[in-house]
Order: sequence, then C-alpha cells, then structure tokens
Amino acid sequence: MLSQHSELKTGNNADADFIADHLLHRLYRLQQQHRHIPPQLMVEVAREFGLPVSQVVAVVNFYSFLYQQPVGRYHLLFSNCTSCGYQAGEVNLLALLCRQLNIASGQTRADGVVSVDETSCIGMCDHGPSMLVNGVPIVNLDEGRIKQLCNLIAAEQSLDDWPADWFRINNHIRKPDLLLNAPLECGDSLKKALAGDALLMLESIMQSGLRGRGGAGFATGKKWLFCREAESDTRYVVCNADEGEPGTFKDRVLLQCHADALFEGMTLCAYGIGAKKGFLYLRGEYRYLLGHLQAVLRRRYDSGLLGASILGQAGFSFDIEIVIGAGAYICGEESALIESLEGKPGIPRIRPPFPVTHGYLGRPTVVNNVETFIAATHIVQYGSAGFSAVGTEKSSGSKLLSVSGDCRTPGIYEYPYGVSIQQVLDDCGATQVQAVQIGGPAGSLLAKKDFNRQISFEDVSTGGSFLIFGENRDLLSINRNFARFFAHESCGFCTPCRVGTRLLENSIGKIADGRATWRDVDEIKQLSGFVRHYSHCGLGHTAANHILDSLRHFPGDIQNLLVQQAFTPAFDLDAALETARQMTQRDDADAHLE
Amino acid sequence: MTERKIKIATTSLAGCFGCHMSFLDIDEQLVQLNERIEFNRSPLTDIKHCGPSDIGLIEGGVCNADNVRVLREFRANCKILIAVGACAITGGVPAMRNYFDLRECLEEVYLHGAGVTNPQIPGDVELPLLLDKVYPIQEVVPVDYFLPGCPPPADAFLAILLPLLNGAVPPQMADCRFYYD
Ligand SMILES: Cc1cc2nc3c(=O)[nH]c(=O)nc-3n(C[C@H](O)[C@H](O)[C@H](O)COP(=O)(O)O)c2cc1C
Ligand code: SF4
Ligand code: SF4
Repeated sequence: MLSQHSELKTGNNADADFIADHLLHRLYRLQQQHRHIPPQLMVEVAREFGLPVSQVVAVVNFYSFLYQQPVGRYHLLFSNCTSCGYQAGEVNLLALLCRQLNIASGQTRADGVVSVDETSCIGMCDHGPSMLVNGVPIVNLDEGRIKQLCNLIAAEQSLDDWPADWFRINNHIRKPDLLLNAPLECGDSLKKALAGDALLMLESIMQSGLRGRGGAGFATGKKWLFCREAESDTRYVVCNADEGEPGTFKDRVLLQCHADALFEGMTLCAYGIGAKKGFLYLRGEYRYLLGHLQAVLRRRYDSGLLGASILGQAGFSFDIEIVIGAGAYICGEESALIESLEGKPGIPRIRPPFPVTHGYLGRPTVVNNVETFIAATHIVQYGSAGFSAVGTEKSSGSKLLSVSGDCRTPGIYEYPYGVSIQQVLDDCGATQVQAVQIGGPAGSLLAKKDFNRQISFEDVSTGGSFLIFGENRDLLSINRNFARFFAHESCGFCTPCRVGTRLLENSIGKIADGRATWRDVDEIKQLSGFVRHYSHCGLGHTAANHILDSLRHFPGDIQNLLVQQAFTPAFDLDAALETARQMTQRDDADAHLE
Repeated sequence: MTERKIKIATTSLAGCFGCHMSFLDIDEQLVQLNERIEFNRSPLTDIKHCGPSDIGLIEGGVCNADNVRVLREFRANCKILIAVGACAITGGVPAMRNYFDLRECLEEVYLHGAGVTNPQIPGDVELPLLLDKVYPIQEVVPVDYFLPGCPPPADAFLAILLPLLNGAVPPQMADCRFYYD
C-alpha cells in the first residue's frame, strides 16, 4: 500500500505527473482496486495521511464515486440529466439496460460482474444519452448500443476492446466568437505581463470589466486585487473545473481545446497576486481528460512557462497540480471546493470570510472558473479596450453557452453578452420551443414571452447552461428531475436544504402522480420560500427556483393535474399496509384503509 | 366567566406520553385552565371516542391503521388540530424504524430475534396492522398548528392554548421559546 502512495509522491510514474498527493486520489485508487473502500483500509489511509479515521470515513461517505459496498467489475452510471440522460429519447434506456442485465438500478449483481446506478449530469449533453462505464464516458446511447454493450459485458470483454467510437467525444464548437476565434500563442500573454508591473496587469483586468463566468459574476480584477492585498506570505490560485451544473459542458470543451490559455490565465493570476502554487480542481466525471491536461502541463514546464524562474524571470515561480473530485456537485461552490482540496467532505464554509482572504489552508486564494481564466489571458494579450467594447454595459466580453435539449445542433455557442434567447434558438435550429432553462436547474425557466430577453448579468445570467424544451416535453417531469437533483446533491449540512429539498421532491412527485391538491401547491410555495431564505449556501438558495418559475409561467400544467379535494394524504395509505397484510395473511376490513 | 367551556381532546398515537406529561407540568395553572376548558377524549378522561371539540392535541406519529382511524376521528371532530411534539411533527423516535424494511423488523422481533419462543407473526384481527413506515400526522390529515419540542415545554402548551382560548392566533414559532429537554 505504502509503495503506491510514494509512487504518487515522487512523480516517477508518468501517470502521476502533476497529480497532487491527495486523499481523494488515494481513495480513488483503492476504489479501483477493491471496487469499494474496505473499512480496514480506511484506517490504514488515515494513518498514512495523519488524519483521524473519522475524516476518512466522512470523505468516503460524502463522495458519490467512493463506495462502502463493492460495485461491479463493470460499474455503469447512467447520467440522469434532462438532455444527456436516459430519458432524453423516447425509450427509458436505464430500464432497458437493467432488464438486459437482469439487475435493479442502484444494485450490484450477485455475481459481482456488473452494477448499475444513476448519476447527476456528466456533461455530455450534446452527445445524447450517455453514461460512465468505470468512470469513462460512453455517448450517443440508443437501444442498439445498450444491447450491444450488455453483450460485451456478458462476454466480460475488456473496455479497451469496446468500439472506439462509443468513447468519441466531439467539441461541437458551433459558433466561435471573441475567445474561441482569437489565436493565442503559448506564452505570449505571459511575456506581455512580465514585461510590465503586476499591478499594471491587474489594472487592465479591472478595466476590461471581466466578471466571473462560473455563475456569481464577481468582478475578476477586484477579486485578484483583494487577494493580493490580503495579509499573508502564501497565496493560492484555484481553477474551478468542477462544472456540475446540469446542461453545462463548455468547460469540458475549453479544457480539451484551450488548456494552454487556461494554464496561462492561472499563471497570470499567480503573477498578479503573488502566488507560487495553483490547483486545477477537475470534476471526477472529466477524469478522462487527465492525460491531455498532464501533457499540456508537461509542455509548459518544458518551455519554461511553469516551474521556477518562469520565462527567465528570477523570483517568479509557479506550480500547478491537478486534484480530481469524486462526484459531488456541491464541490463547485468555491468554499466547498476548498474544503475538498483540503481532503475533507465538500461542505460549504460560512462566508465571510471569503476565499480571497481565508481560502485554501486559511490563506488568501483566488477561485475562478475555467472560462474566466481564459478570458483573462485574452485580455492581457489583446488589451482591455477590445474586450470591454464587446457585450453590454455591465457585462463585457462574450459568453460560452452549452446548448442542448430539443434543437438540431447542440453544442458550444459563443456570443457577445446581450444576445437574445431567440437568437440562440434560431442559430441552433430549435423550433416549436415551449421553454428554456437558463443557468441550469438553479437558474431560470423561461417561457416564449421571454425569448426576447438577453443573456447578460443585467438580465438573464448563466454559468453557461442553456437547455431547450420542445413543445411535446412534459415540463413537470423536468421539475421532478431537477427536484431530485437538488435532493440528491444537497450536502446535508443544513436542515432547510437537506430536508426541504427532499420535501420539494416529494411534493412535485405528488403533483406529477395526480394526487395533489391546491393545499399542496400552497405548501410548496411556502416551503420554497423557506428553503430559499434559510439555507446555508447557494445550492439551497436556488433549489426551489425552477418550481416557482413553473408555477409562475406554466400554472396550467400544474393546475390540470390537481385533484379537486381539500386534502389528500402524502402517500397511499392502503398500499402502506400491504407488507403487513402479506406477512399476517390478513384481508379483513380492518386490514385496509381508504 | 359565564361563557361555555372550551372542549379539548388529546391522544397519544405512536408516542411515549412524554408530551402529555409535559402538558401536566403546567402544574397549578392547570387549576385555572380547568375553569375554562373541559376534556373530551383524552387519557385523562377515559372517553373512548372523540366527540365534537374545539381543540385536538395529537402526540405521536402514525405507525399503524388504528392510528390513522383515531387521527381521522380527531380531525373530523376538532375545529383546531395541533401536532404536539417531535413524533407528531416528524415521526420522531418511533420513525427510527423507517431505516429498516417493515418485513425485517417483524421478522427480527417475532421470528429470529434472541429469546423468541414459538416464532410466528401475530395476525389476530384485533391487532392493528403496521404501516410500512412511521409518518408525521400532517401527511395523513390537515393540521392547523405545530408545537415543536421533545417534549414541548409546559410553557409552550400555555403559549399556544391561551391565545386560542381567547379566540386569538397563537404566536409564530420564531417568537416563542423553543427547546428540547
Ligand atoms: C451549488 C454551487 C455550485 C457551483 N458550481 C460551480 C461550478 O461547477 N463551476 C464554477 O466555476 N463555479 C461554480 N459555482 C460558483 C463558485 O462558487 C464561484 O463563484 C466561482 O467558481 C467563482 O469563479 P468565477 O468568479 O470565475 O465565476 C457554484 C456555486 C454554487 C453555489
Ligand atoms: S444549502 Fe444545501 S448544499 Fe448548501 S450547505 Fe446547506 S445542505 Fe449543504
Ligand atoms: S415528542 Fe418526545 S416526549 Fe413527545 S411523544 Fe415523542 S418522544 Fe415522547
């Protein structure tokens, strides 16, 4: 066991290049080896890392991709996103898969060969239904592919021998603009920045009006300046590549095609704030990108763009390491991400203090989205004036949209801020659209009358997710999917969100099943307000948005399903007696409830 | 006062009677209260069925078919129904069985458990059938007020009852004392 650990440390193993020596990585390897993390190994790992056993157990418990019971040798995780999920098409592919494999979802088959479960959106929304097989994405699933795949599993064929085109992931860049069009020569922006003072560079980022692309939209230049000014001898740069918002996949494409610009942006930030160390926090679903990212880092080190004395400038050194998550949407929230970086469960911190003053290991830390760093590189290269000339008054530059759902050409569309929703729909060939969900389940659900609104921080803001729902979609099933997403991804730290998201999920289910009354709708409204106002972090604050939006824009869809009674129980009372009836073999009048 | 006495009915479903005990802890104020109220069905009166009442106090969650029937009888007869204590509001301690399948629970207790002689699942029609889970009462009938606590402190009973007796609306939870003993 120890030898593996030191292997990670020394970096002799090319696979381990630039991979941080991190608890999650250690646990991932054990998971690969044993298909779960046996309790005695948790104790061993705790000793190795000098941590309390309780912390290791808590981490294993917290992350979806670490298991306490063995999963199958083929571990299949079906994405349950509304675009790349098993219900994206006509057929419920998950049900088909389970039938073929003779297994129930959420279980490992008794022979230990295969296990099937669902997972939150894996960011393949422009590739049709998709799943992770032993952590590797397989896309464009259909009935034929599922059946073929089950045969391969039955024959216990190695994944290496599965058809290569199943694993082929395209970038689908449909409409490039400011960022995607501009050629960026490796190291050019860095040379420009190093030629001048760091403050000068920060000044230009501020002047550009660049705001964070990950969702919250905080002014990037200001963030960097705050971090620089915070009292400390050590600072960190963190790139948030956790991209977990269902329907978002633009960071995946950027990591694939613009990794250089990203690492350059992180290095610029390091120069600006005076950091020596940076992390790329990559979501576990994107582990397959690792080899590529390592190669880019290797090249940058070899060209003197990373490491000691960058571009020959004595005293400016910067190292980047990669940390890979293990299936937790909440780790995209910056303070949860930092907890995760520190080898803990991803539970959001109380803010303030914010990461810019108290971040990784309590030190000032800049956390930015992938796209933000790339935009920064662009600004340093081409100047702030050109950047701020594009977009709207309060939203300068362009935004990458991950467009998916009911349209002809899903993929990446880059627009200057201020583009109308209708324009995007026209460009991607979406006709007969009922609604769009912008900014993921946490964002806004908009109906036709709002399609003239614009994408910008002033109007409809988004981290990048743009989901399209055609006229024949059942919107309530979308709400049900989202409600489930939040209930599943709630980190469980605070009661309003942990319990509230579950209650919302139940209530939406009750409406969808045609058992709800007006009273339930009133309660949903009240509960939504409660979850929104009393939750600890952004996940809870936004978890009820989609429901309130549906009630506002599509009241008829819900009204039609309500039963005209004053009250209905939350569950089927008679069905709840069924097990007891069977066990006692009773069927008398008292053994039933209406 | 010459006005008619307010009728109060109380019951314990899947509860431990701790909430009732806490209610009695209002001590000497019970004497004063008694001038204004009279008890209908309650462990204090031994009346078997709930008659028309002004206020119903329900302790405990819903674990079996009999609980459902009693709860419905209360709802049908009480103008105001109050869920009293953690068990009524969330299922509480009895709901810890919700982590297990009902089948597992019954088999453990009546078939495989330590010291079981003559193993069999009791099926007498006199016995109420168990629900698959223990449910909070508001999932079975509409509830007007919730009095949290395990048990709610004696004062809390007065805090909710006194305004109701005077025809007023009781205070919001945020405005009253709320603690678990
Ligand atoms: C529940 C939740 C999930 C988030 N997920 C992400 C994410 O996947 N990627 C991201 O860049 N930001 C995410 N954020 C926003 C981050 O907290 C943070 O604001 C962002 O990384 C800052 O970078 P920026 O200023 O470049 O946008 C999330 C926030 C919340 C509340
Ligand atoms: S709001 Fe939800 S996700 Fe955020 S801390 Fe509370 S339980 Fe965790
Ligand atoms: S709430 Fe507490 S005191 Fe009341 S019945 Fe339940 S366990 Fe007993």
